Amino acid sequence: MTRCWRLNMHELSICQALIEQVESIARENEALAVKTIWVQVGPLSGAEIPLLEHAYPVAAAGSVAEDAELILEHMPVKVRCRSCGGESEAAPNRLVCGQCGDYHTDLISGDEMLLARLELDKLTH
Amino acid sequence: MCDTCGCNITHGNAHLVTNDGKLAQTEDGKSAVTVLKNLLSENDHQAAHNREHFDRRNILAINLMSSPGAGKTALLEATIDALGDQIGIAVIEGDLETENDAERIRGKGVSAIQISTGSACHLDAHMVHDALHHMDLDGIDVVFIENVGNLVCPASFDLGQHRNITLLSVTEGDDKPAKYPVMFRAADLVLLTKCDLLDVLDDFEPARAEHYLRHLASEAPLFNIAARRSIDIDEWTDWLINEINAQRDRAERHETLRPNIQPEGAALHTASAHEHEHGQHHHDHGHDHKHS
Ligand SMILES: Nc1nc2c(ncn2[C@@H]2O[C@H](COP(=O)(O)OP(=O)(O)OP(=O)(O)O)[C@@H](O)[C@H]2O)c(=O)[nH]1
Ligand SMILES: [Mg+2]
Ligand SMILES: [Zn+2]
Ligand SMILES: [Zn+2]
Repeated sequence: MTRCWRLNMHELSICQALIEQVESIARENEALAVKTIWVQVGPLSGAEIPLLEHAYPVAAAGSVAEDAELILEHMPVKVRCRSCGGESEAAPNRLVCGQCGDYHTDLISGDEMLLARLELDKLTH
Repeated sequence: MCDTCGCNITHGNAHLVTNDGKLAQTEDGKSAVTVLKNLLSENDHQAAHNREHFDRRNILAINLMSSPGAGKTALLEATIDALGDQIGIAVIEGDLETENDAERIRGKGVSAIQISTGSACHLDAHMVHDALHHMDLDGIDVVFIENVGNLVCPASFDLGQHRNITLLSVTEGDDKPAKYPVMFRAADLVLLTKCDLLDVLDDFEPARAEHYLRHLASEAPLFNIAARRSIDIDEWTDWLINEINAQRDRAERHETLRPNIQPEGAALHTASAHEHEHGQHHHDHGHDHKHS
């Protein structure tokens, strides 16, 4: 897939949304800093992992997550078949059942773009 | 419409957000919070409000997506010519730099609001919300949102529409669904446009385009049209009238409909994939895509 500079704006806006969520959670938990951010991304989310990695430091600069490590977990594409009930891994552009070949499937993993977990630095009470 | 509540928890993901978040304190002062929240939940929240805005007025909202120049504005012009005296149409135009598309629509006597997206590559729910506040929706049955010409980004952003339509012009090649699965998976309807050109193209096979679409587990209908030629577009206009009626019925029953891809679906999937790790999630993983 070709990506031009314009499309990088896409990942930047996603990283900005991420930082907003991280800041609000850090505030709720009275954290001093954010150490680690775990994000789950599937290939069908529409976001590209290398571009997210690229955009992240720009979005994080000056925030409570400035020095945080971003860990991007790649989620596999998996489908569940409506005909045979089988679950199988699939390619992003071939969401057919790996067992019986039917295309009547539901995606059970692969389109995620989630903030999964945060590790925070806190004052001990 | 709610502008002020500032909350970004959607109906769909509320059960996943650990407000009472599991906070595991360790002795060195570090703590871990499990969040599981869609990165676009702020956008999704605004989109849900936009949808309420449409539903309160029984209006059908349609998001048109395609690569640049596939014929989105031409489709709108042909639709206005065919149905303009039967139904109330309004258009929100997302254009990078110009007012050209909005002016083409206004030239047909239909009101059009231009969102100047500047350098943005997609519309988001906040931009559509702002546009809605500049529109007179009295007597309107359908609002078309012409998204930025781009087969990548627009698919990820819910705008508050009820239906997604993806246009594929026959000069682009019939394997586009395989190359842009995120976009074509989001379509409730695929329109093959510029079909008057099929005769002069060597190798575009509508059947092959459909084959690739089905391989995305999509059951979306696929119609051939030629908005710029007098090939009839009845299949498309019938679909549209049918959707407008269905929306009116739904709104009267106080029900709504989300487009083919439901953003919170992602959250459900992850909860299922990680049941063994987190242990505490019990959700219904059934897809709730309503196809009427
Ligand atoms: N032959 C033929 N040409 C068409 C048809 N529909 C659109 N075109 C031409 O394709 C070009 C682009 O059409 P538009 O309607 O502006 O496409 P668009 O998707 O709105 O373009 P952007 O908004 O710039 O992304 C114009 O020159 C149209 O005349 C068609 O059915 N047949
Ligand atoms: Mg246009
Ligand atoms: Zn984008
Ligand atoms: Zn099967």
